[in-house]
Amino acid sequence: MSAQDLTISASRRRQDREPWTVERIIVHALLIVFVLLAIGPVLIVIINSLKTTPAIFGGPFDLPTAKTFSLEGYKRVFTRGNFIVNYRNSLVVTVTTIGLTVVLSTLAAFALVEYRVRLASLLGGLFVLGIMLPIRLGTIPLIQMMLAWRLMDTLAALILVYTAMSIPIAVTLMVTYFRTVPTDLKEAARMDGASELRTFWIVLPLVRPGLAAVAALTMLPVWNDLWFPLILAPSRQNQTVTLGVQQFVGQFMNDYPALLAALTLGAVPLVLLFTLFSRQFISGLSKGYSK
Amino acid sequence: MISPAAAYRNLLLFVLPALAVYLVFAVLPLATSIVMSFFQTSGASGDVFVGLANYERLFTHPTISARFWNALLNNMQYFAIHLIVEVPMGLLLAALLTSGKLARSEGIYRTLLFIPATLSVVIVGFVWRLIINPLWGLVGFPLLGTESTALTTISLMSVWQYFGIPMVFLYSALLAVPNELVEAANIDGAGGWTTFWKIKFPLIAPQFGLIAILTYIWTFNGFDLVFALNGSAPGPNYSTDILGTYFYRTFFGSSGQLADLDLGSAVATVIFLTVLLVTAAYFWLIQRRLKSYSV
Repeated sequence: MSAQDLTISASRRRQDREPWTVERIIVHALLIVFVLLAIGPVLIVIINSLKTTPAIFGGPFDLPTAKTFSLEGYKRVFTRGNFIVNYRNSLVVTVTTIGLTVVLSTLAAFALVEYRVRLASLLGGLFVLGIMLPIRLGTIPLIQMMLAWRLMDTLAALILVYTAMSIPIAVTLMVTYFRTVPTDLKEAARMDGASELRTFWIVLPLVRPGLAAVAALTMLPVWNDLWFPLILAPSRQNQTVTLGVQQFVGQFMNDYPALLAALTLGAVPLVLLFTLFSRQFISGLSKGYSK
Repeated sequence: MISPAAAYRNLLLFVLPALAVYLVFAVLPLATSIVMSFFQTSGASGDVFVGLANYERLFTHPTISARFWNALLNNMQYFAIHLIVEVPMGLLLAALLTSGKLARSEGIYRTLLFIPATLSVVIVGFVWRLIINPLWGLVGFPLLGTESTALTTISLMSVWQYFGIPMVFLYSALLAVPNELVEAANIDGAGGWTTFWKIKFPLIAPQFGLIAILTYIWTFNGFDLVFALNGSAPGPNYSTDILGTYFYRTFFGSSGQLADLDLGSAVATVIFLTVLLVTAAYFWLIQRRLKSYSV
């Protein structure tokens, strides 16, 4: 926790003991309205996924009771859909992409901060430009590349493209974290005869919040992407969750319990992960783009 | 100290892996796409340089160009709705979150409000389609099935998903406003409202430019939500067609339209230039603005 965080949390504790003024009630009330707007639709889907079809239409806003509770939707999703495979694919793609992005961009950012030659600022600028680069517009050559390298319809194709897509913002973000590492520490390590790679290892713990921010920021767009799974890995055994839900929902448009179950299964893992890492995500988002 | 030669060697060794992946899978495909747009690659005689012929087709062919201009205009509307609704909403929420009246519930609100942005568009699309479905009785009118309301409806669904992003940018900027300034204003008798508009708002103003340009880039890359809801020939009567779906249809083909990689490359290049020119103009203006301040 930084000094600023400490003052903020101290002032929050002080606010807890303040009286409930009209102003304070209005602020809370407004926020509660927006929170309901934000999570209400999600809650409606989750609640109704646990009910029978007549109950879904009879009272869409009612909680499931002993009579209307049903897991039939989930059963049908798992028997007719392909969710186990979908989850495995999304997990493989997302985790590998995060791993590669964190390692490659941390190495690059360390060097961009450390070796202040002219080329460094040039390369740094090239990465910043990449944040603005709409990678989807290169889809046609990407298809041809993947076909030529026999990577078409593989998870590897997705991983490579997503890593390339995540690297610019990750490098830019890590650069801001490496800038905060005191030079003395690195010089001391070098005095002791540490190699450059060893020096990198020594300062790595100091940028750990940055690693978490990069991981959190990489996760969402990769897990939720529809474009590249649709084009680079569309076959049944390579579908990610996002594409799987899209196709399942298109196929079973009238089976509402199954549909809602599929939507719930698609949404819940990321919502949970985000709730756990929201601090890292939010600091990554505001630091990464504020150049 | 490290010698310049060693510095260059080390720099390249550390940067090369990231740079290689980025160049090969992001920069190269985009550059190839631009080059391809000047060629005829599908003919029997191999690649033939055709100059601007693909662009001529895109801009003058009766049906191809009509669909393109339609998609471009729709995309502008899609962007405008995002900007007009998302930014005031983000500002209001960021102001509420940093009003100093929340104590420790601040983090809970912030996390809950951001949840829609963590959902995939597939889920957002279908959740909202279910909610506005006449069967559930919330809206008795086919919002998505009517030409005049379909695009606005999809735009608002997307706004619902992403309002958390401007909120977070403005929230972080508001947190960074020095406490002393706010306290000084309070001592001078300024209330919360005056302090916000006179002290905090001018300090976070640069964020609006950043939010606008990022929203521009993201909406001109839009595709997923429209595709998830209405497929690659988004109706009714192409009223929700945006550049992303138009591009997809051009190179992938769809019912009633053959895949055309060369035309697709031209479309990609035009979208790229549309994004690039505005982004460059923005940064040029901002840079000048910053310079004129520092003088």
